Amino acid sequence: MSGNHLRGDARCMAMIEVQGLHKAYGGRKVVDDVSFEVAEGEIFGILGPNGAGKTTTVECVEGLRTPDSGTVRVGGLDPVTRHDDVTRMLGAQLQESELQTKLTVREALELHASFYERPADWRGLVARLGLEAHLKARFGKLSGGQKQRLFIALALVGNPRAVVLDELTTGLDPRARRDTWSLVEDIRAGGVTVLLVTHFMEEAQRLCDRIAVIDRGRLAALDTPDGLIGRATASKVISFAAHTPLDPAELRALPHAVSVGTRDGRTAVEGTDETVNAFVALLARRGVTVQQLRVTDATLDDAFLDLTGADQR
Amino acid sequence: MSSPATSGAEMLTSPSATTMVLRTEARLFAREPGSLFWMMVSPTVLLVILGLIPSFREASADLGGRRVIDLYVPVSVLFALIMSGLQAMPPVLAGYRERGILRRMSTTPVRPASLLTAQIVLHAAAALGSSVLVVTVGRLAFGVLLPENLAGYVLALLLAVACGLALGAAVCALSRTQKIATAVGSVVFFPTMFTAGVWVPVQAMPDTLRDIVQLTPYGAASQALDSATSGGWPGWVPLGLMALWTVVLTATAARWFRWE
Repeated sequence: MSGNHLRGDARCMAMIEVQGLHKAYGGRKVVDDVSFEVAEGEIFGILGPNGAGKTTTVECVEGLRTPDSGTVRVGGLDPVTRHDDVTRMLGAQLQESELQTKLTVREALELHASFYERPADWRGLVARLGLEAHLKARFGKLSGGQKQRLFIALALVGNPRAVVLDELTTGLDPRARRDTWSLVEDIRAGGVTVLLVTHFMEEAQRLCDRIAVIDRGRLAALDTPDGLIGRATASKVISFAAHTPLDPAELRALPHAVSVGTRDGRTAVEGTDETVNAFVALLARRGVTVQQLRVTDATLDDAFLDLTGADQR
Repeated sequence: MSSPATSGAEMLTSPSATTMVLRTEARLFAREPGSLFWMMVSPTVLLVILGLIPSFREASADLGGRRVIDLYVPVSVLFALIMSGLQAMPPVLAGYRERGILRRMSTTPVRPASLLTAQIVLHAAAALGSSVLVVTVGRLAFGVLLPENLAGYVLALLLAVACGLALGAAVCALSRTQKIATAVGSVVFFPTMFTAGVWVPVQAMPDTLRDIVQLTPYGAASQALDSATSGGWPGWVPLGLMALWTVVLTATAARWFRWE
């Protein structure tokens, strides 16, 4: 595995291709003209608020739903007409799916391994996922984190070229969530392409090479996490003690300043790197000393809110 | 992927996956003692309790010289079929759908239908095993004669099992959730118990009522089993009715079953 995850030409190496995907339920558009490509070896995120159409999009990739229009290809094959072939190269962890309550971890793994011609060694997966101590445990007795690790193992047991992980860490405590993230990085290190559906910014920012932001069924943006943050209307926030003698009108006049406001005894100016430079120059010109000056980067959260307009709803 | 070696491997792989599904579901089946009791043991318990009543072991002129316990062997057999097909199976299948187990399986190379098939096979086996137990205990404990027309009896029993499972599958298909499946199963349970003759054996019902009851799946089954027990051929009318019910109920299940 080279350090560069986008090996070769992404257009030729696309593991998963979605072009102009539309899906409506009873006249309500759930997925509206979504297109993206996932390169082999990539961790590709689909990020969006609840109900944005993320799960429906990946269900079309998994062949669980037939698109109304548009094309979906996994390894060059249509997941609906070539369902069997696609299931052999695409492992899936579904949102809110369960197993038989009294099925043990070992039985689940042996059963799923029997579904594939060349399964992975499930013992190896169990060791990697820290499930050895739970082989005899029944599914119903597992913790949320153990269940998710088992689902990851089941998604990988067929030696797939790609896996879809849908809301993998929802409901997990922060520690289990972080453990799961390193597992996802391990999966990619093992050469498997990952399509990750999430509504956690931190998860997307930490794991994904590229992110498609989906909002109300439409593709709102598709970029690297840093690229998305750069798209936020304000990528920098300057804040300082409010009693500093500076004219708000002057602050508003700074280049690229988006907003100026005072809250909790601090004045905040939202803008870009240029705003920061102009602010420093202004201070020097006025000979003003500011107290408690802080300059912070916007996060993916800010970018997300800008892109989806989620705060305006 | 079309080399002979690969296709050979595929031929070896697919039965083994099906076998593994059946084996796994059989293990899970064995882990439900409550359900097993109702399917496998309770019909025989019913027969034994009735057999302990002295007057039920005496020949009655009203029943053409037969004893009540003689009539209750086929009734208990039908009770076993109702327990497995209508009480036990629908909640299991509906639960598999509701909990995303069928959906999960759709993302693997094995079709979720194999899971449903395994469950149907297991419930059929439980119904047949329970029937054999009822007939054996009836013979050993109460001297109930074995069916005189064995081939006819087996044919009628197999059709009745198919009919009962088709009824359960239809209940499952028409119920959106596991709770609804259990509730609908209970509602359908009482009329089927009645038509199977659990309260009044079909043969002891008034003529008009009996004629109507014998049009229902379990009424027809009761008539067929009764004829075969006394040495006759089950009769093409009840056999045909059971076959017709099986086809209609299976078609209903297939038409309305939702995978999610």
